[in-house]
Amino acid sequence: MNTTSAPEGSWEELVTVALLGTDRRTPPGCGPGQEAPMALLDAAAVETLRRRAGMRPAPAAARPEPSAPDPRPALPPAAAQRLTQLLTDRPGTGGGGRRGTAPDLMELLPQWLTLANAHGFAPPPQALPALLDAARGRTDLRPAALTFAGPRALWLARLNPDWRFALRSTPGGGTALPDPAEPERVQQLWQEGLFAERVALLTAIRTRQPAAARELLATTWTTERAEDRLMFLDSLRSGLCAADEPFLERALADRSRNVRATAAELLSALPESALAGRMAARAGSCVAVDRTRGTPTIVVEAPHECDAGMERDGVVPKPPAGRGERSWWLGQLVDATPLATWPRRLGGRTPEDIVALPVADDWQSELHAAWCRAAVRQRDPGWSRALLGAPSAPEAGGPGAVSLSERSKLLATLGSAERAEWVAGFIGTHGLSEAFQLLGVCAVPWAGPLGRAVVDALNIARDAGSYPWSFSGVMGLAERCLDPAEAVRLEGLTGIPEEPENAAPGAGSYWAEAFQRLVTTLRLRATMTKELTPPQPT
Amino acid sequence: MTQQGVRWTADQVLALAPDAASRKAGSKLGAAGPWSEAGSSDEGTVWGLCAGSGSKPYQTVIDVADSTGPAYKCSCPSRKFPCKHALGLLLLWAGEEGTVPRGQAPDWAEQWTEGRRQRAEEKATTTGGASGTASPGDPEAARRRAERRAERITAGATELEQRLADLLRGGLAGAEQAGYGTWEETAARMVDAQAPGLAARVRELGAIPSSGPGWPVRLLEECALLHLLDQGWLRRERLPDDLATTVRSRIGLHGSADGPQIHDRWLVLAQYDTSDSRLTTRRIWLHGSESGRTALLLSYGAAGRAPDLTLPVGLSFEAELSAHSGGGLRAALGERFTPPTPTATRPPGVTTPQAAAHYGKALRADPWLDSYPVILDRVIPTPDGEATTTPQRWQLADADGDLALPIALAPHSLPGLWRLAALSGGAPVTVFGECGHHGFTPLTAWPEGPGEAVSLCS
Repeated sequence: MNTTSAPEGSWEELVTVALLGTDRRTPPGCGPGQEAPMALLDAAAVETLRRRAGMRPAPAAARPEPSAPDPRPALPPAAAQRLTQLLTDRPGTGGGGRRGTAPDLMELLPQWLTLANAHGFAPPPQALPALLDAARGRTDLRPAALTFAGPRALWLARLNPDWRFALRSTPGGGTALPDPAEPERVQQLWQEGLFAERVALLTAIRTRQPAAARELLATTWTTERAEDRLMFLDSLRSGLCAADEPFLERALADRSRNVRATAAELLSALPESALAGRMAARAGSCVAVDRTRGTPTIVVEAPHECDAGMERDGVVPKPPAGRGERSWWLGQLVDATPLATWPRRLGGRTPEDIVALPVADDWQSELHAAWCRAAVRQRDPGWSRALLGAPSAPEAGGPGAVSLSERSKLLATLGSAERAEWVAGFIGTHGLSEAFQLLGVCAVPWAGPLGRAVVDALNIARDAGSYPWSFSGVMGLAERCLDPAEAVRLEGLTGIPEEPENAAPGAGSYWAEAFQRLVTTLRLRATMTKELTPPQPT
Repeated sequence: MTQQGVRWTADQVLALAPDAASRKAGSKLGAAGPWSEAGSSDEGTVWGLCAGSGSKPYQTVIDVADSTGPAYKCSCPSRKFPCKHALGLLLLWAGEEGTVPRGQAPDWAEQWTEGRRQRAEEKATTTGGASGTASPGDPEAARRRAERRAERITAGATELEQRLADLLRGGLAGAEQAGYGTWEETAARMVDAQAPGLAARVRELGAIPSSGPGWPVRLLEECALLHLLDQGWLRRERLPDDLATTVRSRIGLHGSADGPQIHDRWLVLAQYDTSDSRLTTRRIWLHGSESGRTALLLSYGAAGRAPDLTLPVGLSFEAELSAHSGGGLRAALGERFTPPTPTATRPPGVTTPQAAAHYGKALRADPWLDSYPVILDRVIPTPDGEATTTPQRWQLADADGDLALPIALAPHSLPGLWRLAALSGGAPVTVFGECGHHGFTPLTAWPEGPGEAVSLCS
């Protein structure tokens, strides 16, 4: 605020005298001596009040540009209230390690956001700061949170450095990207924009016109810095198609090793590409079926060298510590070989038959692991199914040729119903202790058979007398992923059972607590869904 | 007055929580899961059984129909008041229709409410409805007590004037080295002199020299105002009545709420707490839609307990207030005739120059005022300077003019500032707050279009 310009000088003088003391300076309009301090205070009191009473507003700074309007309908009041509750539930302030019977609200936020976005609601503006803070702390929340937050969140983020991530994660930092139909503006941004803006531009065009994005990149490819080339090349991952092959082939000769490796990886995901063909020829010469034994057996002759051609096609010559060179090269060749190669190469067998063949000389785990990586990279459900095998097979519970993390990746290539069915079968046979990773890739809410398998397995674990925190990971997943309709079936489990002879002491009440939390959370999720469902117009 | 039939909002319930941890714990219990046999009666009783970690569920019962605010009973061992179970049950009751059905209260709940209401009726008949005023006792003895206290205060004020004179003789530059101890000692002497108002001001003086650049100016201002208060007390006989009352209450001799009764429909403008180690002070600002008056209610809670008066921001209710003597804004809440309900009325507001003038005028009646309650109409929260400068400065700029009031920023008020900015999005908003020599402290805001009040302090 401005103060009145009246006797500004006299106030300054009073402050000076007060700082030095009346023994050294005489206050204005007063003789020296005993009374000087009081005279100074009298004058200062008058002056202080004159200054305060005379306050005037200051000139206004430049007003911020108004934020873009949000055309979406407002949240229903109950849902707005729920959002506030979910956002105020900060983790790490609870009662220590024990989770109690109350739901973890923050863990329900991702689902809530998904639902709100599905209905296309706009947030109450005053909730945006808390929403941005939550998304700042949890990168997994960002896409859904920023979609929900809408244009006003970007407007806010431009005013607060703490929320800059919102501008980064939104293509073009909240400034409208040029339409691909405006070549001049696209060219201008591509030539002059910041790196992040250029990546956003390339990504945006790639989703709509894959070929145009590739051509744009080709115009400046040779002048980009190596680390930038790597990022730009990575943006071709989406919408990858056969037409990209010539460009990627050229990139195989790039100066940068990382760029070469990425180009090779992208080419190997194109089964028709020349690189895939070259890899298939190399891998095919290493793997064969030996019919001279009693049962047909796969024999492996790993490569003896990594020649310049292999290196040019992205094979890394130097193995990591503790791995043999030859098996390291073999793995990379099989990784990059189109899976359709193998039935042709191995006597017209189906993937199931091939996976079932014995493998000579301990090459099985190496070969199967490479097939798994290929099935994931090429998103081949047929091979995934074959490599997964039957969920009830004893080796499915590990330690088999295929690790649990590979299994969960393989499952991700299957349809959601098939995935849930496989995991349900797995849990039915092997219980929960190995299932956590597999459950993580199942679609939410869990399909009926899967949900039932999990609840039954928890029940069995309880009756076996273990403590619930051995299953806290699965419990947490169940709270978030079980179909809320299952709450009714769980009612019977929330009581405290009679303790059997061999049970862990007190486990019963802990289980009851865990099941109560599960039921409460499911109910809450059902309520949340209802709150977000717009009333049907009557 | 009864509140049956009126559903509360979740905000109203959460405002009852004694602290943030209880608010959170209560929120978690506001779902149907742990509750069984929950119900509510037409008389305003809500009850339910909450499953805890033990085998026996907790019995929770609440009387929401009491005119002095809700009363609670819960069989849990928590010392918090209300406990998380009571908060959870109220949230459940305030939430979805049908989760807490109407019904006949079980015996354990019935007994408690009956007992309470009987006691309340007995009390009302014995005291003739007066609410807890002390017995008048012997007027002569009371006069002597008051005289003795006035003498003590006079001695304290005289001593304080001496200390201020010594300080200014030697110069404020030396105050920086003098440290906090000497001021603490002086403050203790003022407590002994039964002048808590003087003691508090002296304690604040002690903190100024370490409060960053510009401290000499602030120290001189505060010393001068303290001197003015001392002089006001020492010459109180010669002051106009209202000013004398102001001086007495600034010293710590608070008048009683014996001013005129004002019957009106009161809009709750803001509610916020400040606490020190011993006491939580809750300030509630009200605006009367008929009288146009702004009134301040104060209520206190011992440290760790929420003050008992809770009024949800943005709602309005019909009640009688009695003003404190002395013409200030402070009032006491008398009888309430309706429960708080949502309202579409917005209080009328002013421009930034008018707001500054209001504060200037108010200083005439109370020179020690740090700020004055004001509603600003059509202002835009505007960053003053670059976003990269910390702390970022903000102002409230008139949408239809080119003047602005700086926003007074404290670290704890930042979340509220961002809520205000988000609510505005660059468009004009209506803001209620306190306008004073530190700048403008926003407390509540309303969006430009329709929309409810948003509290900026919590």
